[in-house]
Amino acid sequence: MKKVVIEESHYNVRIGKIIRTREMTGHEKLFEIALGGGVSLEHEPGQFIMLSVFGVGESPISISSSPSLGESFEVCVRNVGKVTGALHKMGAGDEVGIRGPYGNGFPIRILEGNDLLLVAGGLGIAPLRSLINYVLSNRRDFGKVHILLGCKSPEEMLFVNELDLWNRRMDVYYECTVDRGAQDWAGHVGRITTLIPGVHLEPERTFAIVVGPPVMYKFVVKELLAKDIPERQVLLSFERHMKCGMGKCGRCQIQGVYVCKDGPVFNYADIKNVSEAL
Amino acid sequence: MKDIQYVILEKEHFDGFISRLSSLQRLVAPVAKGYNNYAFEELTSGDQIALNYIPTILPPKKYFLPQEETLLEYSLDKGLHVDASVTYEKMVLFGVHTCDLAGIQCLNMVFSQKPKDYNYLVRKNSIHIIALECTAYCDDHASCNLVNASMPSGGYDLFFTDMGAYFIVHINTQAGDEIIETTNLFERADRAHLRELVKLREQKRSIFKNELSIDPRNIPALFDRSFDSPVWKDLGDRCLACGNCTNVCPTCYCFDIVDEMNLDLKGGRRYRRWDSCQLEPFAKVAGGENFRKERSARQRHRYYRKFRYPVPHYSRFFCTGCGRCTRTCMAEISLKETLSALIGGVPTQL
Repeated sequence: MKKVVIEESHYNVRIGKIIRTREMTGHEKLFEIALGGGVSLEHEPGQFIMLSVFGVGESPISISSSPSLGESFEVCVRNVGKVTGALHKMGAGDEVGIRGPYGNGFPIRILEGNDLLLVAGGLGIAPLRSLINYVLSNRRDFGKVHILLGCKSPEEMLFVNELDLWNRRMDVYYECTVDRGAQDWAGHVGRITTLIPGVHLEPERTFAIVVGPPVMYKFVVKELLAKDIPERQVLLSFERHMKCGMGKCGRCQIQGVYVCKDGPVFNYADIKNVSEAL
Repeated sequence: MKDIQYVILEKEHFDGFISRLSSLQRLVAPVAKGYNNYAFEELTSGDQIALNYIPTILPPKKYFLPQEETLLEYSLDKGLHVDASVTYEKMVLFGVHTCDLAGIQCLNMVFSQKPKDYNYLVRKNSIHIIALECTAYCDDHASCNLVNASMPSGGYDLFFTDMGAYFIVHINTQAGDEIIETTNLFERADRAHLRELVKLREQKRSIFKNELSIDPRNIPALFDRSFDSPVWKDLGDRCLACGNCTNVCPTCYCFDIVDEMNLDLKGGRRYRRWDSCQLEPFAKVAGGENFRKERSARQRHRYYRKFRYPVPHYSRFFCTGCGRCTRTCMAEISLKETLSALIGGVPTQL
């Protein structure tokens, strides 16, 4: 038996160093990671990485920061499994493995010049934030921007400081709702679908971008179509389990489509008749 | 047929050929394991080889995509150091049937597609293939003619056909020619030998016939209208979700990637191992949602991955007709019966 090192192996990782962590809720933590040596991740909003904790494993994690952040990037991670659990115990200075970025990301060049209706439910804000912050730092390239957010309860709200900034901006229409209110909650209470009818939009020039838990899509899409937004202009980002990120391991396959390389962003027209997708 | 590409090996030299070849590099070939089971195993003499065998328990994919293989090794004690590596060994596979050649060709296509899988490709390049022709069906479970895998169509270095007293051998590659040269037991085939081969192939055409009542060109369309067929529910009711069918399939390549620490906790490795879309957690995400929770949906997925999904990407079926999934299934789910049920259950559109 011979063993050779293959530097160019696509399973090889780059070492990322955690620069900062921020506790966001009881389950979610934000990690700022740098590859070092002035190298940036070079990702597009909506792409993901395979993040690994050595000795524990690898997980697909969406990138939360806009490419405009520069040499570091951020991931917002919920503590739900082995890898994410181990990651939650790590802090500044600790090293993780990074592969990617993978996936198609949001089609920025197509979105430019159009109005955007950005809809995030729960942890869906993690990937969508990469686009929101990109759009806000390139604000004049886009038409009207609507941001609709929903989550279970006020204490599960992510990126609270930024939500406040988005809310205060004159050039953004912002609404937020929670399924269950709290004593000090003065905002909307109800499902995210209840926010959509109230949005004033021009359907022909609006792209709706939706990211949330799988169960949310059907209901949100129904409301968007009721607003006359064309099916091709409804973009959904899918969550699937992945092992390779390169269209081989088979985990994320939906019929003939691989979420990792053909997605994770799909337009509704392409995916609506694909069973197992929604 | 260019006769320069054909040589013959007298049967009396077969043992000598195998022992010479095995002295040069690792040689694996089908070996009888009892109860009509066969397995590819390392050997050194010709009498260990089962020349007349039905498809082995595991296909030769185990040499191209081992059940378990290290992708990364890392040490953590003196600063993090990571190496991506591949372990391989130069070897010759002897006795590969045309169905298994087709399986290897499918895997080659998948792993050569960008981003290339260097672990697979390095190993593939270190394996030489000597094929062995089937002159009759192995058993009733085979459907190799349906998927166009009963006749040789490339994918080998040398192709052996048993002619009774001798083998006629097609030399397909430079590597194959080198095996002929080094072992030095072959003679040039003459016109009479080639005529015999042509005759054998003609006879084969009368033996190997389309096993099912469908033109293979219509199979993708059959699957296009069978997604909601009751056949899948029936399979789901019988399937035990054990994953045997995908393990023995020559074209199934789904895998899992796992980390493992060394006992000294100073380092570890990341390896991949075979996985199966038939197992319950395969398509489950961290939040708990499972996108193919039902066994019927998982069985359907397996069939579509053989007969529908690869077609636009690779212009071929990912079924080689070997019949292994049927032979191994504890619930007696038969590929031929499933396809027949689909054909019978859906009105044919001409």
